[in-house]
Amino acid sequence: MAVLHTTNKSPMQTRDLESCLRLSRPGSGILLMEDAVYGALKETAAGTMLSKTTKDKRIYVLGPDLAARGFTPEEVVPGVEVVDYGGFVDLAVKYHHVQAWV
Amino acid sequence: MSDTQDEGRGIPKVKRFMLVNRKAPYGTIYALEALEVVLIAAAFDQDVSLVFVDDGVYQIRKGQQTKDIGQKNFSPTYRALGDYDIEKLYVERESLEARGLAADDLLVPVQVLGAVELGALMDEQDVVFSF
Amino acid sequence: MTAAVAIKDSEVAVDEEGYLVNLADWNEEVANAMAAEDNIALTENHWEVINFLRDYYAEYQVAPAIRVLTKAIGKKLGPEKGNSKYLYELFPYGPAKQACRYAGLPKPTGCI
Repeated sequence: MAVLHTTNKSPMQTRDLESCLRLSRPGSGILLMEDAVYGALKETAAGTMLSKTTKDKRIYVLGPDLAARGFTPEEVVPGVEVVDYGGFVDLAVKYHHVQAWV
Repeated sequence: MSDTQDEGRGIPKVKRFMLVNRKAPYGTIYALEALEVVLIAAAFDQDVSLVFVDDGVYQIRKGQQTKDIGQKNFSPTYRALGDYDIEKLYVERESLEARGLAADDLLVPVQVLGAVELGALMDEQDVVFSF
Repeated sequence: MTAAVAIKDSEVAVDEEGYLVNLADWNEEVANAMAAEDNIALTENHWEVINFLRDYYAEYQVAPAIRVLTKAIGKKLGPEKGNSKYLYELFPYGPAKQACRYAGLPKPTGCI
């Protein structure tokens, strides 16, 4: 019954990611897309918070959104997986349902 | 497989729909849109539950008076949800407490659940709509 | 384009489905004029439903769907009135939709 959660706003701007982490269960996947990719970067408060949850939740970040904003996968906190659009589709299929935190 | 058989016999399948409200009313249209969706879903006899998280808890704060902002006060409509057989209203305890509110401050009876319990309930749904 | 319902020597604006554009335009003459256009003369039984709807809207800010209306009428006016046969006889175009229109309310949410 694992759920894929998605968030698309910068965690410096909204508390979507925080609520998503609070309400998602162990075993969930969390995909950061659009402006939410800023939350996966090293040396950000959100990135630090995320790196602590990678043991019981899988964290993904959408590569094209990262690249569009001038960042490379090397700048993403360890334990966070970079996926492309095809990978996003695979995730949507793999999880029971998708819950968007908008 | 039984789902498919039921559909084959023309028995509509009841799905578990959850609407997650996370925005305050009036500043954006999300709260009103969610309310419209919940009334429509109820007309299709689905298993509908309504969740209030983050600023969404402000949607059901007592005492809303919108006359002077020129917007419709739709808060009384939450009290009509029982007539539509929508009885499952959940509020996240953490969100309520962070805003200095208690169940008494809300205009409808709700079940107050902690994040862990509420998260488990979200996972059990067939469809989750976020507003 | 907006349509209108004629009342004596004035008229009130309605939308393409015949519902009032401004809910504040409503009075009993508006309801009578709308019904007359459908060749219906409103009786006390019609008014009972129309007034019920107006009270419901005033309380909850929503025009009830047919299932809700039927149940609520039954609760307030008794089972002999809280059933679709009785309500359809009064409002053959669909009790919730037609009665809400005469009551000056928006089209009920959740009516398909």
